[in-house]
Amino acid sequence: MDPTLPPSIRSRPVYGVLTARPGPRHLMVADGDGAGALTEMIAGAPDAAAMLAQSHIIYMPGPTGVDLSANLRSVGVAQLHVSPSFAASLPRLQKVLADAHMGLQIYLAGTEGLIGLAMREVMQAGLPWQAVQTEHRGSTLRRVQCVHCKGITEAVRTDPFVCSHCGLNLFVRDHYSRRIAAFQGVNIDAEDPGLVPPAAERFA
Amino acid sequence: MSVGAPKIPVRVAEVVEVNPLIKRFRFVRRDGAPMPVFSGGAHVVIDMDDHGTRRMNPYSLMSDPADTTGYEISVRRDDAGRGGSLYLHRHVTPGMEMTLSSPVNLFPVDARARKHLMIAGGIGITPFLSQIAALTGQGGRFELHYSARSRDLAAYADGLMARHGDRVRLYLDDQGQAIDLDHLLQGQPLGTHLYVCGPKGMIGWVCKTAEAMGWPKAAVHSEEFLAPPVGLPFQVQLAASARTITVGPAQSLLEAIEASGVDAPYLCRGGACGECETDVLGCDGHLDHNDHWLTDDQKAGCQKIMPCVSRFRGNTLILDR
Amino acid sequence: MGLEFNDETFRGDYTFRNSAKAIARFPFPFSEDSYMYSVNMEPHLPGKPGSVFEHLFDVDEHYVAEMRDRALVLAEDPLRCQSLPHMTLAGWDLLELIMQAKARDYPQWFTLTCDGTRWHWINRPMQIDQTFTFLDETTLPCGPMEYITRQTQGDFTLQDQRDDNLWLEAGMVTTQADWSLDFDIGMSFHEWHAPVPLAHEMRVFDRALKFLLNLQLGAPVRRFNWTMTVDPLLDTSPENYPKWGPGKTTMTPDTLGHRQHLRVELQTLHRLPRSNAIVFPIRCYLIKFDELVTVPKWARRLHRVVRDIPDELATYKGFIRNKPLMLEYLSPFDDGAPTSPGILPD
Repeated sequence: MDPTLPPSIRSRPVYGVLTARPGPRHLMVADGDGAGALTEMIAGAPDAAAMLAQSHIIYMPGPTGVDLSANLRSVGVAQLHVSPSFAASLPRLQKVLADAHMGLQIYLAGTEGLIGLAMREVMQAGLPWQAVQTEHRGSTLRRVQCVHCKGITEAVRTDPFVCSHCGLNLFVRDHYSRRIAAFQGVNIDAEDPGLVPPAAERFA
Repeated sequence: MSVGAPKIPVRVAEVVEVNPLIKRFRFVRRDGAPMPVFSGGAHVVIDMDDHGTRRMNPYSLMSDPADTTGYEISVRRDDAGRGGSLYLHRHVTPGMEMTLSSPVNLFPVDARARKHLMIAGGIGITPFLSQIAALTGQGGRFELHYSARSRDLAAYADGLMARHGDRVRLYLDDQGQAIDLDHLLQGQPLGTHLYVCGPKGMIGWVCKTAEAMGWPKAAVHSEEFLAPPVGLPFQVQLAASARTITVGPAQSLLEAIEASGVDAPYLCRGGACGECETDVLGCDGHLDHNDHWLTDDQKAGCQKIMPCVSRFRGNTLILDR
Repeated sequence: MGLEFNDETFRGDYTFRNSAKAIARFPFPFSEDSYMYSVNMEPHLPGKPGSVFEHLFDVDEHYVAEMRDRALVLAEDPLRCQSLPHMTLAGWDLLELIMQAKARDYPQWFTLTCDGTRWHWINRPMQIDQTFTFLDETTLPCGPMEYITRQTQGDFTLQDQRDDNLWLEAGMVTTQADWSLDFDIGMSFHEWHAPVPLAHEMRVFDRALKFLLNLQLGAPVRRFNWTMTVDPLLDTSPENYPKWGPGKTTMTPDTLGHRQHLRVELQTLHRLPRSNAIVFPIRCYLIKFDELVTVPKWARRLHRVVRDIPDELATYKGFIRNKPLMLEYLSPFDDGAPTSPGILPD
């Protein structure tokens, strides 16, 4: 069990440990410390060389600056793309999914934000999300959607925090939407305006 | 009985011999009202009186769901079976009255699928007929691969190929034609869902192959027509009804409970849906779990049984019915 | 608008009120003196004439005003009505279900004439006269679910059934007790119920899901849910919480009777034919405390329920802040006498 992600309500995503699965092709998307999950999985694969020959890795640094791309470059995978950000990698990811066939194995590793955003693209492409393996590594910074203005604040560190779009004070719920790839933020001082508990550093 | 859903009193409107093994039956409502609309893949349970033996057999609806003038089923004659198909083939004629359950769907299509890839074996073609009719009306994308012993026994193949062209491929055993499953499963776009209905062996082969080729379980759907297995007779105490019954060799436990006048819940009568799940209060013997519902742990234990398909060997069985 | 329908508001000046007839038929949800969760589903069979259970979909004196309020909510926030693309067929199933039921049960107000797939729908209270082709959404001004739920009281969610689970994938949600359709759409049964305290430990949702997966055509079920609302505000959405939240803090002993409302949800569940989906109508009934206490049994019982409810539940239902004021208002009506079982007035 991941101690940085304690058990919570049923809508809070639970991540696993990546294991190589049989399939004709493999797509791996990771950020930051997620690179470690990929290399460990590949090392434990029954036929790592065969798997690498059929794999495509898309990697980007994490929100706190962790960049393990050097480790991935030495792994010997058929296709490796190191991107500066998820947004920049999105066209490539969408193209790979559009061209993909059933049987493709998908592995997502790293921050919840990256996992959620990539998962959303997979769902859009029509693959059941339960087929995708996920492993959380590293930062627990959250993407949080303000339920009032619908704006998403990235890399939320404290609870409560200020919505980067509308300025309301929001508390961070564990209620999570796969479709929006974000946790929910709700106005904390609606009934007592200004009565906001001190912002606790809850995510890192 | 299944809670609440209305039964449909019907009259047999038509019986057609489709081929040496298969007969098609058309039912219309006795009150002349329209049939309930259903979703492709649904089945009904026919409640029949076979010369004093009550038979309740599920059959897939093969008619177009949008056709509310009647329901159609196709029945494959099973000479070695428990008698339901033989009764229908030998004794049911137009004009006879029977009762159908409301349609129940345990084999629906996945509405999100970008493409529906269907694999049918023999009489397993029936649920796909109603699904294809519905999908055609809705502009859905499908492909059917239909395997049969011979052209004679490939019921409805002609009509399907005439209507849907090369979206329907036929494979005949007696011509040595077999579905190239590996090839078929390799090139499907992401978002394809796979459906298989046919003999147990075919279903096992398709599901295993799909898994080996990396298809997720959530994209693979199957329906097996599980008939209650026959076995040695056994006694059962129905604790809640304070009576003891004997289950005959060709009678299911559920049928024996019903025959004794005790109402037990059911839905599919084929070991798949969980509705008849019954608590075992006492068990001195061995439970033969023939269902697809209970978990492996539950099957290893003896606290639950699915009476529609499972049996018992031993001294005492006490159920909470 | 005829004499049959109130001209009232659920915002601003809040002119909503219940007639004596509406009070008498109000679905008081407590059949005993204390409250705890249960699956508590029963067949949705036609009930006592005049009651809210008499018909499949109940139309009452608040119909026209509620639909007007819905239209305002949607104009302000179109995200309150969404349907994932594959749920359009379920929307048609729902349109058929409601139109057939209302034309049958309230022929003075609704007429449905079908000639094959050419349908003609008349809704007199809302002055709607529409011909369209069933299953062809280009012949309606909007999708079928939105079209018919703009004319039907209560919220609606449509749930796709697959993978031994139910998935909330379409809905019209403008009278909700504080949950967001836009956020929850796409979630599974356990996921969208995740925030409810205590119930998960009690396995209420496990049992409910198992039951619903086998829900059959022609055999709908119903149950009640309840909460409290300050002012007769239908739109108590999380989206607008900064607007309505403060209202809870300005209650006084003098205004409580008029402003504090018991909010009861009559929830029904129906299997749909073509899509095999499940529709979950959530019909909201409001009654202010001043109106409720005119029924002595209800006044007595409500006092006891509120007094004994666990704080966790009162917090989740959003009325912990005003619980003391509510008890202060209700306690004079509780003489300690035993109360008859069941929900009907004595």
